[in-house]
Amino acid sequence: MDYSTFRQFADSWGLLYMFLLFIGVIAFIFRPGSKKVSEELAQIPLKEDAEDV
Amino acid sequence: MRNGTEPIILGAATLLAVLGAAFAQDELFRAHAWVLVAVLAATTIVLMRRVEFAPAGQTLPPKDTSGYMDDVIRFGAVATLFWGIVGFLVGVVIAAQLAWPWLNIEPWFNFGRLRPLHTSAVIFAFGGNALLCTSFYVVQRTCRARLFGGNLAWFVFWGYQLFIVMAATGYLLGVTQSKEYAEPEWYVDLWLTVVWVAYLIVYLGTIVRRKEPHIYVANWFYLSFIITVAMLHLVNNAAVPVSFLGVKSYSAFSGVQDALTQWWYGHNAVGFFLTAGFLGMMYYFVPKQANRPVYSYRLSIIHFWALIFLYIWAGPHHLHYTALPDWAQTLGMVFSIMLWMPSWGGMINGLMTLQGAWDKLRTDPVLRMMVMSLAFYGMSTFEGPMMSIKSVNSLSHYTDWTIGHVHSGALGWNGMVTFGALYYLVPKLWNRERLYSLQLVNWHLWLATLGIVIYAAVMWVAGITQGLMWREYDDQGFLVNSFVETVSAIHPEYVMRTVGGLLYLGGAFVMAYNIWRTIRGDVRQEKAMGGAAAVPAAAPAQ
Amino acid sequence: MSFLEKHGKIERNVSLLFVFSLVAVLIGGIVEIAPLFYVKNTIEKVEGMRPYTPLELAGRDIYIREGCYVCHSQMIRPFRDEVERYGHYSLAAESMYDHPFQWGSKRTGPDLARVGGRYSDEWHVQHMINPQSVVPESIMPSYAFLASADLAKSNIAAHLKANKMVGVPYTEAMIENALADLEAQANPDADTSGLEERYAKISIRDFDGNPAKVTEMDALVAYLQMLGTLVDLKAYQQNENLR
Repeated sequence: MDYSTFRQFADSWGLLYMFLLFIGVIAFIFRPGSKKVSEELAQIPLKEDAEDV
Repeated sequence: MRNGTEPIILGAATLLAVLGAAFAQDELFRAHAWVLVAVLAATTIVLMRRVEFAPAGQTLPPKDTSGYMDDVIRFGAVATLFWGIVGFLVGVVIAAQLAWPWLNIEPWFNFGRLRPLHTSAVIFAFGGNALLCTSFYVVQRTCRARLFGGNLAWFVFWGYQLFIVMAATGYLLGVTQSKEYAEPEWYVDLWLTVVWVAYLIVYLGTIVRRKEPHIYVANWFYLSFIITVAMLHLVNNAAVPVSFLGVKSYSAFSGVQDALTQWWYGHNAVGFFLTAGFLGMMYYFVPKQANRPVYSYRLSIIHFWALIFLYIWAGPHHLHYTALPDWAQTLGMVFSIMLWMPSWGGMINGLMTLQGAWDKLRTDPVLRMMVMSLAFYGMSTFEGPMMSIKSVNSLSHYTDWTIGHVHSGALGWNGMVTFGALYYLVPKLWNRERLYSLQLVNWHLWLATLGIVIYAAVMWVAGITQGLMWREYDDQGFLVNSFVETVSAIHPEYVMRTVGGLLYLGGAFVMAYNIWRTIRGDVRQEKAMGGAAAVPAAAPAQ
Repeated sequence: MSFLEKHGKIERNVSLLFVFSLVAVLIGGIVEIAPLFYVKNTIEKVEGMRPYTPLELAGRDIYIREGCYVCHSQMIRPFRDEVERYGHYSLAAESMYDHPFQWGSKRTGPDLARVGGRYSDEWHVQHMINPQSVVPESIMPSYAFLASADLAKSNIAAHLKANKMVGVPYTEAMIENALADLEAQANPDADTSGLEERYAKISIRDFDGNPAKVTEMDALVAYLQMLGTLVDLKAYQQNENLR
């Protein structure tokens, strides 16, 4: 195995994979409907420290 | 009989340690084994005094295991404070040793042995205990569940303290494998592995039995910190011991591979121990102290995935222009620069949590402390990517600029956010109405800030001075400075650095006093902060 | 609770969170570290590299024990000033038998990658005992205790064996003769023909100036005096230009 094999892979498929992953993560997180859920979740620590365990 | 098993196990362990000392293959192992014997024997005696017997014919009432398990967190808070002061104190001592070398006391208190003691005490003892106790607190509150595993959490806590004591005494004796921030030798590493697996079990188990349907994002950060540190620890410490009763081991890797493995570990000790874990702290305690939800929960999710994915690549920037292949150096540089974005995303998310509540900064020095920590986080996560650029690194590497950089991160970000979390936690844990004194919190804040600013500024000057002097040429094309001239040139900066460290240490003592009085239940009569003063916060208000 | 169904599973399933975050942190390490073991040219082909002699290895262990790496690098970068100050820039091959590496990260003191042969043994001994007596502005601690400490050497063969297990090409003869070789290297009157045969470019002398015993100072100075002296850099530079 030599350097240029790795380099070619990284420049093509590796780059494509990273790019799609990035787009995918952003799209998933900002998908419609996530705003309401995330606002609910942000409240978790602020609910009372009830001793109801 | 209750609490009877633990002293028996510890007694047996003490006996094994005695055998280890008796059959040791080298003097260092023998000395280290005697340290272990002393620690275990003392613990056995303490535990024996806790054994309870039921009166004849009766059984002891069952222990109360309802509610949150907070005893271990109370111990953790005190341990954090204790080890913090130890770590800062050793830091001041070694800073002074660099300014006045006659302060070295050979062989045990020479700089080369004390420096790992300082870094480990601050990162693993102070930072580690802060992470342990806050993660146990946060996971219970955000999951609405008691810690999983019963006394396993106690094992994690005391097992971790044993790791710290063995690592620290080992450094002074000269037991080290020389991998920075992973200096403990193989047997101490094995012990930490056991403790860490128990930690993971407690943490995961608590999440599994949560009542809250969702896992709050702070727990993601804590969990990824636990998982990644386990991975880093196992790979970087892979080594072959010379003997099973000797201290010495030889790393499984050599030269260039060993160097990259080490800095993959070293940088991610920063990335996961000192960043991901502490961000978990930030995502819980900043919203709590401000009493507002985090600015953007969706940003926190992007922050999480981007941070953990990118951080792991950044290690090679510690090896710019070395014998590491260029492609790895460039990769490390590119990812380090990209890391700037999630870092600042997280900082903005934390700061903007105060949106609509900025006025609280006038009256609440604890919140001020947390904001200051985020400011230092932002500063050092900007400086870091900049220093990872190869041309900048060619000047900064091997100099005190790096030392200044890590201290603005460790003292500013990790220290301040921990202090903030402790100031929040202590009144809660001990059921006190409030802290003993908010004025003292303010004193702590400004002593610490002034200390860090002095420290970072003079180290920056020292680093650039030395870096430029090393490469200074005269008209004939000869090097101008001998090495030692570049050392004596930065003596004033080394003195000032010690002063900065002293201020920071002084702040920590103020904190210890304040926390001690709070735990005792005292409340100091003092005027409310902010009040009529238009612009407080510039100086300690009286 | 309709939003629960719509929401991403990762946020509710701790196993998925565990696996995804582990994968996320595995990728970078694998891509960067694994190729170093397989890609050719990572370590240059050079002439002259050999494993450390038993005495040098013991000295290296003392170097590690005392935390010398905290203040001294062993990695010369390819810059004009560094090459003029310290010598030819460091090659990956020069640390190929270093378990662990000692490249360092900070130069509170100068780089030591090529310190071998630069100073006399007497200078080193005096410098260790009292650094300020030879370099008045130095901030190095004193290591006088090394001169009186007997070198622990009885299980040196086990040290060679452990190194062999992690890939250092120690031969059977080297391991068998480890203890004798260690003592012979610090004793100019000993029969050293076997030692010289096993280890090329070896310095044999009483390094600490105290012929009565083999001290930790002997070992440390022996190690310092061989640093950077093994590889034939002239031959390397000629090949370098042929590419």
